[in-house]
Order: sequence, then structure tokens, then C-alpha cells
Amino acid sequence: MKKYLSFFHLRFAMGLQYRTAALAGIITQFAWGGIQIMMFHAFYRTDAAAFPMSLSATASYVWLQQAFLAFFAVWMIENDIFDAIVNGNIAYELCRPVSIYSMWFARSIATRLANAILRCFPVLIVAAFIPQSYGIDAPASPVHFLLFVLSLLLGLAVTVTFCLLIYVLTFFTISPQGLRIMFTSCVEFFSGAVIPLPFFPDKMRSFMELLPFASMQNAALRIYSASMCADEIRRAILLQVFWLVVITAAGKLLCRFAEKRIIVQGG
Amino acid sequence: MKTIRLYLHYVSINVRCIMQYKTSFLLSAIGQFLVSFNVFLGVFFMFQRFSKVEGFTYSEVLLCFSVVLLEFALAEMIARGFDTFSGMVKSGEFDRVLVRPQNEILQVLGSKFELTRIGRILQAVVMFAYGIVKSNVVWSVSKVCTLLFMLIGGTVVFTALFFIYAALCFFTLDGLEFMNVFTDGARELGKYPLSIYGKKMLLFTTFVIPYALIQYYPLLYILGRQTSIVYMVLPLAACWFFIPALLLWKYGVRCYQSSGS
Amino acid sequence: MIAMEHVCKSYKIAKRNAGFVEACKALFHREYEVIHALNDVSFTIHDGEMVGYIGPNGAGKSSTIKILSGILTPDSGTVLVDGHVPYKNRIDHVREIGVVFGQRSQLWWDVPVIDSFELLKDIYSISDACYRQSLEELTELLNLSELLRSPARQLSLGQRMRCEIAASLLHRPRILFLDEPTIGLDAVSKLAVRDFILRQNQTHKTTVILTTHDMQDIESLTSRILLIGKGQILMDGSLDDIKSGNESIDATIAELYRTYHI
Repeated sequence: MKKYLSFFHLRFAMGLQYRTAALAGIITQFAWGGIQIMMFHAFYRTDAAAFPMSLSATASYVWLQQAFLAFFAVWMIENDIFDAIVNGNIAYELCRPVSIYSMWFARSIATRLANAILRCFPVLIVAAFIPQSYGIDAPASPVHFLLFVLSLLLGLAVTVTFCLLIYVLTFFTISPQGLRIMFTSCVEFFSGAVIPLPFFPDKMRSFMELLPFASMQNAALRIYSASMCADEIRRAILLQVFWLVVITAAGKLLCRFAEKRIIVQGG
Repeated sequence: MKTIRLYLHYVSINVRCIMQYKTSFLLSAIGQFLVSFNVFLGVFFMFQRFSKVEGFTYSEVLLCFSVVLLEFALAEMIARGFDTFSGMVKSGEFDRVLVRPQNEILQVLGSKFELTRIGRILQAVVMFAYGIVKSNVVWSVSKVCTLLFMLIGGTVVFTALFFIYAALCFFTLDGLEFMNVFTDGARELGKYPLSIYGKKMLLFTTFVIPYALIQYYPLLYILGRQTSIVYMVLPLAACWFFIPALLLWKYGVRCYQSSGS
Repeated sequence: MIAMEHVCKSYKIAKRNAGFVEACKALFHREYEVIHALNDVSFTIHDGEMVGYIGPNGAGKSSTIKILSGILTPDSGTVLVDGHVPYKNRIDHVREIGVVFGQRSQLWWDVPVIDSFELLKDIYSISDACYRQSLEELTELLNLSELLRSPARQLSLGQRMRCEIAASLLHRPRILFLDEPTIGLDAVSKLAVRDFILRQNQTHKTTVILTTHDMQDIESLTSRILLIGKGQILMDGSLDDIKSGNESIDATIAELYRTYHI
């Protein structure tokens, strides 16, 4: 456990170094959030009755999405890991007395946490001062807030394990780049990064909510402002746990296969 | 004439390089397509729920979105050398540009011709065709001209933004990601006619960074909501934005020559 | 003729300290350090000369080369290269010079070398006849005929360096700057490159300025050495001037560095 913590620590410190990049990121996220919210407002003004969430809940959703972008953006890949697999340097890592999968997990979580910690507070604080229905609201209740944090962390874990799954799958494909492109656009769309899931037609939405992608950002961001009822929250969190277990198991299994293959082929 | 021939020579060598990796090229192009396809799906599903936004129908929005996307993709394809200019400064490749007897801008433009943006262009063209069929625009010579002006003006404005980004690379390489606000941000804003974002945004995009001149006003002309010829030529007026960008670039080159970093 | 007189050049460099707290401070306040890369440098190089420009890393070698090739503007002093001020009239000036950066490539990685040459032909506006003649000559002397049809990425370092040098000479420059042209090359390629440079200098009277860490380059190519350290020219003379007894050239240079504390 200790060695994974030190991987974590190393990555975390590294992530904190890119401060100017973080500042630029924050500015970008403000602009993005602003554009999104202005767009939703325009639709709301046109036809308030067709709006599936409350306007302020939508605004909160958007700001949280921007604040925790580093948690959930699948396109932010760990280039080192990806390159190591593609060019075969992975063989060196196999020589170390650690489980590759756990090491990657620790490392990815650390990078994402470091990125998010640098970025989330400025975004959240400023968004809190933006007037109602444009800015972020307080959480629906303390209980909702706790559930939000829980779901947020679960969502982070699901995202990271899913990314690891993509990395491991690259062992078995001829075109890692293609695989990445396909997965990234799928995740973007189905996770509610393009538009929140409630804006999809009902039938489609209830199907999408069952997919692992909905267990990434969708659950947490909607729990925060109580856009889900108690039953839905319970189901969403259980689904998150379920997908976390399934994806981790799949990832570890594939990783073992991959390791065997590398050893057999000699790199 | 010679300059154009040299530029085409650059383009041809770029294309030959890309074609060495056909799979990679194809996948990147598909990737480009998918990324903007996602954005399109966002618009599509919003209009499954809402029939209009601030007086604009789905097909009208698509018309507007596709033109902006096309302009953006064209600018990216042509001016990619400026978009990725930080790499050129970091690697010292710009020194090489300075020891050659040709204009720096031409050489940087020629250094990269991003054919993969064809994916985005394709997406834009399909959307545009759909928008034309579905909307009730009555086309005329003047409207086709307006469209052409939009493409020219828009490509120029986006290219100017890439120039500004590249010029800033001469001063710092840190944190320039914020320029995405203006480039990708403009593309994002451009999904919908700029008037839906409110008056202030419209003023900003009219007078500061002239997005509205290449999107909203000419769109009104094409949709027949405005008939004044002014709306038709506004996209060309947006080209003024290229002047400050060019001056900043020239200033940047001068500073590079005095600091060498 | 190349003449540099009292040239000074300094850079401002942002300081970076380790540690998180330091990093946070740097976000708000940056300290700068001024580095004097060149401090009153003067020398003259005549047409057809071959000069070895040596000195430890960071001594100001590449700043000098950059100023002479028009990339960099000096803070003060005057520079004249064949009657041009390099940084004032860049395009006219660079037509007459060729530059080889040993560590960087000017060839397009993925297309046959000849394609890069053809592009250079257009960049330098070389006439068809001139181009054909230069190409023939360079192909023969550098033994390129086998290489021209393969992409640069498939060439060995030595093969690529031969192509790089050819690329810098297609437009027949009167002055050639070579920045570590033999770095990383195997023995055979090194000899070939040296031999070619020597020949180029003899037949075309090309002025050659060579920076290198390889003392064998200096020994076999140059008759004159300029030693730079801490931004100043410390010595300007021939190899024989500094050689004492029958020490090896590396030992001689090491001795020289020790004498000047650089």
C-alpha cells in the first residue's frame, strides 16, 4: 500500500506544478460554463415548460461540471502510460515488484485530483457569487451534499478505471489511436458532458442512465441540486458501485492477460 | 505568383507526408468528425425537446452552426502552423525559418497543412446541406455571395486568432491555453445565432471580436429577415480584425529577435 | 568578410526554485537573472577562412552564430557580414549563408530527401540549371545517390547529416555555419563529412565557421581557433600557437580551459 501512496504523492506534486496551465484552464472553464448557461437560458426563455430541470439546477450542473472537469474528462489521458504501452517500454515497468494496474490507478487518481484541486475552488467560489439561476446554488441539503461527495468520488473512480480499461485494451488492438477516439467520443456523449442526461428524450434517457457512462459525472452533478428523488439517488449510487466493481474486475483480468502476453512475446 | 507556387509546394509536401500514415490520417479525420458530431448531437437533442430558440428553428440553427464550423475547420487546416506554433518556438524550429530568404508567415503557414480537418469539413458540409433542404431559404445570387463572404470573413477572423496565439508564444509559452476561449469558444458560441446569448454578447461580438459580423448579421440576410445590403457585406468588414493580429505578430518576431528565446 | 565589433548580448531569465511554497510565490512575483551571453566580442573573419569556434557549453557560441545568421539582434556593437547587417536586412543576408544545426533536422521526415531538396529549390529561388549542377556535385561528393530516394526517417544519423549538409549548400552560400556537424556520427561518417567540408572550402572558397566539441574536427579542418568563455573572446590564434610539445589536442584544450578558469 505504501508504495502506491508514494506514487500518488509523486504524481500529485507533479500535477500541482502546472500552475499557469491551471490558471489558463480556469479561465477557459469560466468561458465554457458561461456559454453553456447562456445557451440554456435562451432555451428556457423560449419554452420554459419543456425544460426538464429547474434553471438554477441546470446552472449548478454546468458549474460543477466545469469545476470537476479534471475528474471526468476521458480525453485527459495519462500520456506516459499510453506511450509506454504503445512503444513497448511497459516491459520495464513489469520488472518492478508492483502491480501495474494498481500503480496506474494510484497515479491516474493523483493526477486528476491534483488538477481538480487547483481548478475547482476558483471556479466554485466565483460561481457562488454569480446571481441566481446563472451561478451555483448551495447544495439541496447537508445530506445531499454528503451523498454528492460520495458519488463524486465514486464517479472519479469509475472514470479512472474506465480509462485504465482503454489503456489495457490498447495491448490487443492494432490501432490504439482509433480505439481512443471511439471511446472518448462515446463517453463524452453518453455521460452527459455534451448536454445533461435529463435533456434527452425520456426513453433514451432511462436507457442511458443504466450504462456505465452515467455513473461518471451524471450521478454526482444531479444529486447536488436534488434533480433526483431519494429512490433515484439510491439506485444511481448502487449502479456506480456496481460498475466500479465490474470495470475494475474486467481491467485487472485483461491486464493479467496482457502481462502474460508480454512475457511470452518478450516485449 | 511565385509565393503562391511556393505555398502549394509546401502543401503538396505536407500531404505526401500525411499519406505515409494512411490509417493514422483516416482515424484522425474520423476523430475530427466524431468530435463535432457530438456537438451536433447536442443541438439535435435540444431541438427534440424545444421547437425553437429565440425565434430560430432547428434548420436555421444548423445553417448557422455549419457555416461557423466550416470556417473554423478551414482556418485550422490552413493556419495549423500558427495554432501549434508553441512547439516551433520550443524546438528552435523558428530559428530555421529565420535563416531562410522567405517571409516568415509563409514559412509558418507552410510548415503544417492539417488535412485531417477534412473530417470536420465533411461534417459541416453535410449539416449545411441538411439545413438548406429543411429551411425555407429562397436562394438568390446575392445570398450565395453573402455565404461566400461569410466563409471568407470567418476564415480570416479565425486565422487572425491563431496569429494572435502564435504571437503570444514569443512572449511566454506558459498558460496560453486561455486562447482557446476565443478560438474553440467562438466555435462553441457559433452553434447558435449570437443574438440568443443576449444583447451584451451581441455588442461584444460586433465591436470587439467580430464574430457576429461573420455569423449573426449575414445569417439574417440569408434568412430574409434583413434586406439591406449592409448585412451582406459585413463579413468582409470583419477582416479588419486581421490588422491588429498581423501587427502583434510582427512585433512578436521583432521581440524574438532581440531575446532569442 | 565577417566583422563583429564590441558586440554585447544579455538575456533575462526567470528564476525557478524548487518546492511548492516557492512555486506559489513565483505565481505572483518572479525574480529575473540577467545573463551576459556576449560581453564585448570582436573579431574579423576573411573570405575563404575556416574558423573553429570553441568554448564550453553556455559560453556564448550559439548566441554568436545566431547573431551572425540574422536570427538574433545584439544589444550593442556592430556586425557586418559581406556588407550586410544580418538582423537589419534578414532576407538579403540569409540568401548568402548556409546553416547546419547538428542537433536539428531541416529535412521533412516522412518524404524522400529529394522532395525536401526540391522545396528548398523553391524557397531559395534557385534556377533549374544551378540546382541541377549543385545537386549533381553534392550527390557525387557526399555520395548521396543511394539516399535521395529514401525518406529521412529511414536514414542513419551519418547518412542524414550528409543530406543535411547538402541541403544547406544547394543555394551555394558564400558562408557556411556548422553547429556541431559531427555530433553522434560514427567514424566513417565523421571522416566523410570532414573531407567534404575541406573540399568545399578549397574549391568554392566558402567561408566556414564551425562550432564543435570534437577536437579532431578542429584539428583536421581549421587553421584558426577562436576560444570563447563567459561571453568573451579569450584567444584567437592557430592550433600550433597553443600546442605545447606533443600533447594530444584534447589535453591541450583542457589545459586551455583550465588556464582561463572556464
